[in-house]
Amino acid sequence: MNQSTAIHALGHRSVDFVTNLGQIARFTLQIVRALLMPRYRVRRTIDAVFDSGVLSLAIICLSGITVGAVLGLQGFYNLSRFGAEGSLGAVVGISLVRELGPVLTALLFTGRAASAVAAEIASMVTTGQLDGLRMMSVDPIDFIVSPKALGMLLVLPLLNALFISFAFFGAYLVGVSYLGLDGGQFLTTLESSMTFENDIAVSLLKSFVFGVLVSIIATYRGYTSLPTAEGVSAATTGTVVVASTAILLTDYAITALWGV
Amino acid sequence: MVRLDRTLETRGDFRIAFDGVRLTLGNQQVFRGLSCGFNPGQITVVLGGSGSGKSTLLRLVGGLLRPDAGSIRVAGQEITRLSERELFRIRQRIGMLFQGGALLDSMTVFDNVALPLREHTLLSEEDIGAEVERRLIAVGLPETGDLYPRHLSGGMNRRAALARAVVTDPDIVLCDEPFSGLDPINVRRIENLLVEINRRLHLTMVVTSHHLASCMRMADRIVFLVDGRAVSGTPQDLLNSDDERIVEFLAADGGGPAASQDPVPSGRLDLAGDAS
Repeated sequence: MNQSTAIHALGHRSVDFVTNLGQIARFTLQIVRALLMPRYRVRRTIDAVFDSGVLSLAIICLSGITVGAVLGLQGFYNLSRFGAEGSLGAVVGISLVRELGPVLTALLFTGRAASAVAAEIASMVTTGQLDGLRMMSVDPIDFIVSPKALGMLLVLPLLNALFISFAFFGAYLVGVSYLGLDGGQFLTTLESSMTFENDIAVSLLKSFVFGVLVSIIATYRGYTSLPTAEGVSAATTGTVVVASTAILLTDYAITALWGV
Repeated sequence: MVRLDRTLETRGDFRIAFDGVRLTLGNQQVFRGLSCGFNPGQITVVLGGSGSGKSTLLRLVGGLLRPDAGSIRVAGQEITRLSERELFRIRQRIGMLFQGGALLDSMTVFDNVALPLREHTLLSEEDIGAEVERRLIAVGLPETGDLYPRHLSGGMNRRAALARAVVTDPDIVLCDEPFSGLDPINVRRIENLLVEINRRLHLTMVVTSHHLASCMRMADRIVFLVDGRAVSGTPQDLLNSDDERIVEFLAADGGGPAASQDPVPSGRLDLAGDAS
């Protein structure tokens, strides 16, 4: 009896999982179609970029400078054991551009902006605003969801660049101003260690992929939430948990597949 | 100006008809073969206890819910099997006033009321501005266009939502509990607005409410939902009914003939369940 119940539960979970995947795929297609078909919601997309960007600006800058400073400090102590502290710029640059920049930006963005988007859409479900749009023959996916998803997708690479810039600044402050490294050497090794195709492009690619994941997960969770206070809460926490996990798993997959 | 030219004559076919509608939500069977109709150009009030399916009925008319079985015809068109895209065409002729207003809280009152015009017409911003101002004045909310819904009281919110619901001159207006949570002055104000809109535009209006006095004053017909089915007739039929469920409902509200100030036509309550 217990075995039978367990098998039933497993079956239900499997069916739910596959159904969810199908619904997410359908939802994504609806967003893509809404973005490609007129009418184009340029104003609403700019507003979404502004909202997501401004929401995340302070935390991205502060985290960037802090992560850069810590990286500079750790890098200096470890490199100095081998007498290679002059390579601090290169070590900091590669780890930030290839790995830490895209991943940490996406995680911070998820906690700050994506969760807010999920909560906003979920509260619109709860207060009947999406049904109100439907009754006005306005597709909520076209009017609400697509601009927000595109806005998040556009803003993440920009925030990634901002995070990396501030992290460089933090590492420079610690390495050059505090620990006494030569500023010219720091910047030269930083520049010479990086190529566009192996480093900058990979950073942009990761940012773009994370942007797609986060925007779909946040909007889907909000859009399909239950019309209750618990529904808003579940959409928000679900977005953070699922998106964070997806970012880390995808980061590993990209790194393993492309060897970067 | 690409707004549909809807003359009073074209409204004549805007009848809504339910036939044998069954609907189960979760474990609750809401409708067990609901059959009723809503006449064009009239105000039909849907009455019933809490959980009797009044709001659900409106959501079925708007295609926001689909029944498990049965037929729902709006203006002669069966809507239960239409796709979402096809439903959008039907909904362009329906205005809905939601219980909580359902105004978009990220937009000003002006932008909320202007939204259907911006989405479905080619009117210039100037014309849209004039039309929205006219509608806001009509519902007693002049100079509120720059406010956000969070700045409005419950009554103002409801009136702004009403302005949005009728701004495109729809053929059908669905009002979900327009009086709930309002003070007597606002109840009377919204009631008068609904009646005035109906009399002036001859549109088909379906109103759900618990507010018996207002219902009796404004209704041309009443649909009473009980046990997942509908009983319909004129307000006087309701008052004359000896059906104990209706008598109990009226007595519990303290309503009755005294609740209605205006004379209403007499007749027998149509227990067959179809408002003809």
